[in-house]
Amino acid sequence: MKICCLVKEVPDAAVQKRLDPATKRLDRSGEKTLNQFDTHGIEAAMQIREGGAVDVDEIVAVTMGPESAQRALHKAVALGADRSVHLTDGSLAGSDVCATGYALAKVLESESPDLVLLGQQSDDGECYTIGAVVADHLKMPSLTQVIKMDVTDGKLRCERQAEYGYDTVEIQLPAVISVGDAINEPRYPSLKAIMGAKKKPLDTKAAGEVGIDSGQVGEAGSQTQVLAINPPPEKEAGEVFEDEDTNETVEKIVAWLDERKLI
Amino acid sequence: MADILVYALHDDEGNFNKNSLGAISEAAKLASETGGTAAAVVVGDVSDDAAAGLGGYGAAKVYRAKSCPEGLAQPIVDVMAKVISDNGFGYALFGGGLLGFEIGAGLTARLGAGVTMEVTAVKAADGKLVAERPVLQDSAIVDVGYVSEPGIIIGRLNAFDVNESGSGSAEVEDVEVELSEWSTKATMVTRGEARGEDVNIEDAEILVGGGRGLGEKENFKLAEDLAESMGGAVAATRAVVDAGWYPYSTQIGQTGKTVAPKLYLAAGISGAIQHKVGMQSSENILAINKDQNAPIFEFCDLGVVGDLHKIMPKLTEAIKAKKGG
Ligand SMILES: Cc1cc2nc3c(=O)[nH]c(=O)nc-3n(C[C@H](O)[C@H](O)[C@H](O)COP(=O)(O)OP(=O)(O)OC[C@H]3O[C@@H](n4cnc5c(N)ncnc54)[C@H](O)[C@@H]3O)c2cc1C
Ligand SMILES: Nc1ncnc2c1ncn2[C@@H]1O[C@H](COP(=O)(O)O)[C@@H](O)[C@H]1O
Repeated sequence: MKICCLVKEVPDAAVQKRLDPATKRLDRSGEKTLNQFDTHGIEAAMQIREGGAVDVDEIVAVTMGPESAQRALHKAVALGADRSVHLTDGSLAGSDVCATGYALAKVLESESPDLVLLGQQSDDGECYTIGAVVADHLKMPSLTQVIKMDVTDGKLRCERQAEYGYDTVEIQLPAVISVGDAINEPRYPSLKAIMGAKKKPLDTKAAGEVGIDSGQVGEAGSQTQVLAINPPPEKEAGEVFEDEDTNETVEKIVAWLDERKLI
Repeated sequence: MADILVYALHDDEGNFNKNSLGAISEAAKLASETGGTAAAVVVGDVSDDAAAGLGGYGAAKVYRAKSCPEGLAQPIVDVMAKVISDNGFGYALFGGGLLGFEIGAGLTARLGAGVTMEVTAVKAADGKLVAERPVLQDSAIVDVGYVSEPGIIIGRLNAFDVNESGSGSAEVEDVEVELSEWSTKATMVTRGEARGEDVNIEDAEILVGGGRGLGEKENFKLAEDLAESMGGAVAATRAVVDAGWYPYSTQIGQTGKTVAPKLYLAAGISGAIQHKVGMQSSENILAINKDQNAPIFEFCDLGVVGDLHKIMPKLTEAIKAKKGG
């Protein structure tokens, strides 16, 4: 079985994220890192491999992004992927969800995976949708927000929370699954794995090499347009204070509750 | 002119989802503003009366695919793609919910359509729709327009109010749709398991919400003691429900309940959007979190940056003392 894990490079959580008013895109300058939610996908792949119910031949990390996104691939490899694929091409810049999902499906198609794993969301885009877009292009069954996944010959048994509680769903492989962050506790990479990551094979692919139609990607291929960026409605800021002396803190809270007749 | 198609989700008892009804109401309003019509899609076992009843929320027509199963996205993508292609809808609109995200995303791929998610408002201008989407932890709102037809709009939970202003009965048309091969490769084994006891939190005037910051299941005792001291109930985040620390019936948020108590005390909760949508209408929000950058501090009324293990027991004692004295 071959598993492809989609991973994304995102601005570090500590970086103040903002939109660039000129391009109306996310300002991607500053420190970047591997999307934390994607480490759960890699961990899930590792657990399938280690579980022994099926033979996993290969775990391949796949990303689409600028040159710097290589670092996210190195991290993914340090966490357990055997090799990685980097789709990078100037024509892809500015792709919306529709275009990104199409491009990722194309690069995945060239790998013919039995299972595609994604994170529940990208920390910057927060679209929650790429998995289902990719699945339809690949003509594979799919489920998102999966928090439990058992593999047996040719099938997955998945659990996830939807609108009315927990659903258990059986899915035939090949399939596209995006995993929720409760599915596992990602391991820390060993120093040896971190050092060795750069030596593992990394294929760089241009859009044309995986058959991407340039008219369907980038700004030209995107089907949505950001027309304006506005500030959120003014909301009176609450009072936030630090707990230095807990007795005083508690006194303050009690007074606040009392004032509002909550106790 | 904007003709808008809405997916109306229902549970196994046939009750329509409140957010779906909100989306129909919103579609009807937008359609009337632009001179278009609003229609709905239902799948599975929905009676004539129930389907026609969506007219009460403003659907002029309801497309019903009886043989399509409810609860999984891909068969519904097949149905909606066909209804859209056969009838030329300009937009597909979804109320907040997990299935709407998946179906909307599937349609995006199938129809090469633009998609906007977590939409909090939709504006009509020149016969077209523009979606407002908060981004980057709600620090900015972008106006998104569509190049493609149709455009896919996925609402945020509770974004659209339910409005029974429709003129009554909708015309019901049965549609036969052949499902794609891959749509039949996922099957529901069990749907909507509640997991854990059935707790009523909707009626509580005071809720203490516990999150992953509690550290372990046993520490929910801190939340329970605090809630008890104030005569309130305990609520939870998805993170801790998924972890099996607390029952699903206490979960607040996108795939849980929506509450608006007099006081919501969030302990060890980061304040993710999917949690916020279920409790942001609370009259007073008090947050205890050790991370000063936690998003909850952006929308609470009183925030304490500190360790809940130190603060909660003392707070419980202080409240008890105050009440006793
Ligand atoms: C499609 C979808 C649907 C979802 N539906 C829901 C939903 O219905 N409800 C929901 O809640 N979530 C939902 N989520 C998940 C949501 O995105 C968050 O992951 C979740 O709300 C986080 O829960 P949390 O705040 O308990 O955990 P975390 O985000 O991990 O936050 C824990 C917080 O505790 C703080 N903390 C840690 N230790 C201490 C301490 N000792 N003292 C004080 N503070 C401490 C930390 O600083 C942190 O801010 C959904 C997500 C998706 C993608
Ligand atoms: N540019 C990208 N390259 C690789 N994977 C991506 C990319 N964008 C999104 N993904 C995957 O899709 C998941 C969901 O992202 P999103 O739909 O943007 O919230 C992420 O967790 C990643 O696994």
